Amino acid sequence: MCQVDEDYNGQLDRDEVLSFSKKCVKCKEATAVLVIRAGDMFCSGCFKEYFVHKFRAMLGKNRIIFPGERVLLAVSGGPSSCSMLNQVQEGLSQNAHKKLRFIPGIVYIDEGGALGLSVEERQRTVDELQSMFKATGFPYHILPLEEVFDLPSSVLEESSPSSEQPDITYKAAVDHFIQTNRNCYLSPEKQADLTGLNIQESHTHSLQQIFGSIKTLTAKEDLLQTLRQHLLVHTARSKGYSKLMLGDNCTRLAVKLLASISLGRGAQLAIDTGFSDLRYGDIITVRPMRDYSAKEVSFYNHMYNVPSVFIPTLDTKTTDKASVLRLTESFVTKLQAHFPSTVSTIYRTSEKLQTIQPSPSSSTAHNWDKCLLCMCALDTNVVEKASAFQATLISELLSQRRASRPVDTASPTLRPEFQGPESTAAGGVGCERAACGGGCCSSVKAPESTELKSLLCYSCQLTIKDMSSADLLPQYILSEAQRRKRRSQMREEIREFLLDEDY
Amino acid sequence: MESPLPLQSLRVGGAELLFDGVKEHQVTLPSQSEPWDMKQLLVWIQRNLLKERPELFVQGDSVRPGILVLINDADWELMGELEYQLQDQDNVVFISTLHGG
Ligand SMILES: [Zn+2]
Ligand SMILES: [Zn+2]
Repeated sequence: MCQVDEDYNGQLDRDEVLSFSKKCVKCKEATAVLVIRAGDMFCSGCFKEYFVHKFRAMLGKNRIIFPGERVLLAVSGGPSSCSMLNQVQEGLSQNAHKKLRFIPGIVYIDEGGALGLSVEERQRTVDELQSMFKATGFPYHILPLEEVFDLPSSVLEESSPSSEQPDITYKAAVDHFIQTNRNCYLSPEKQADLTGLNIQESHTHSLQQIFGSIKTLTAKEDLLQTLRQHLLVHTARSKGYSKLMLGDNCTRLAVKLLASISLGRGAQLAIDTGFSDLRYGDIITVRPMRDYSAKEVSFYNHMYNVPSVFIPTLDTKTTDKASVLRLTESFVTKLQAHFPSTVSTIYRTSEKLQTIQPSPSSSTAHNWDKCLLCMCALDTNVVEKASAFQATLISELLSQRRASRPVDTASPTLRPEFQGPESTAAGGVGCERAACGGGCCSSVKAPESTELKSLLCYSCQLTIKDMSSADLLPQYILSEAQRRKRRSQMREEIREFLLDEDY
Repeated sequence: MESPLPLQSLRVGGAELLFDGVKEHQVTLPSQSEPWDMKQLLVWIQRNLLKERPELFVQGDSVRPGILVLINDADWELMGELEYQLQDQDNVVFISTLHGG
């Protein structure tokens, strides 16, 4: 291309390029700037309308957040949760009929301790986020992940939903809100004036010990997620919020969904990725960004200057194969690049999954049926003889036995309890013999991790198995584990005196 | 022979760690016999701006899937992607949508 080097020439050229380009599918007038799904091209104005509408529609459709309710937004600094924060701000400033009517607060959990970042690096990030949070005018809470060491073990107990809002309908609540209190969020509690992260050095050390004791990035990511979730729920409870909003977008959820299957969390899929999540009882988790793709979010943030902060995570600068989550992400994004409906197909599949949300009254009494860590219903006490889980147990048991003594035919009573500390210890005895084909020596575990096992779902068992010692876990988890074990022992002792339905 | 091609700006969001933590780059592409297109720009970036792990930014002759490309604030999918011919004062933005950058 040879052209006269004059100023206006480049300009003309560019217009020409644009004039060839496609029109917005919605207004059919303006030039499209973004391809959302195959064939759907939006101009910036229509895209904004579509984006903003989707947020309100998501909350409106689900009718789960009541007017005047206090909602805690978990903001990680990433594009998706920052976009969620922006949409809440936007929604609160709308005119009457479109207005969001809940009372927001923000929580940020600084995970730098688990990543081995320096205090200065962490402080720098926190400063940046703090000025962003201040600008919203919402109350905010900035906590280092180290605070998990101060959690009470009650955080692992499901609390019953508060009785403050008995069975009033959504509609009645809206009317009541409009009559009595139009502007209660205009007089929010004072924004906490945090100047610095309050980190206890010994806790950072303990945190690093935990993560240092885990072999795989997959298990690290999983445990980090679990601890973070406990801290979020605790913060919501202790600061008087009844809903927790997470910023997962549909691309992220599609990745999590597929990764969960590989990680043995099939039974928990629906609750892990659905719009609302009732596993904690009193604090309901909602995911209002689950209708947006990562592309939509990033594009919107770019076009409308929504600030976000780049914060390294465990998988920063890792390769595609570093963890199951990372590998799944790369699989999904690659597939998405060639087949633009990949994410939406996975996402729609997840919609079809049924969430088995136990009715509050029946579930509260049965904490022992829930996983100690992820608080989902235990999938390991299923007695189906032909399940994949049983098959895994049997083969694990057989491989342990081979080492200790000549294989005897599988006894018909293979049960999880069978692999207590005794059986692993017995496995150790035969170790010198035949170098055990690498099987048993590596599988000798500290008794604690075996003890936790009966309290965990299949997937959390795998995560804890990856730790060199479960003793490193924060105290609130260990104490709750002990309490549950004592309770189940007691239940066992008095079993014959109990009526059936009590058991 | 074309004259050197100054871009208005070249930004990387969410992947800045691969660029020594620098988000915004002032770029003037050197003169060459044919016009610059996006494909060549990616090669140039890889040679001149990327500080580490190029495979986390470029894959094959395109960007790694999950990294969005905007040319003058529009989706590059509407602009011809790799074939797009860069103009004087173009504004190019790369945004990583991948977790952790
Ligand atoms: Zn339009
Ligand atoms: Zn679990």
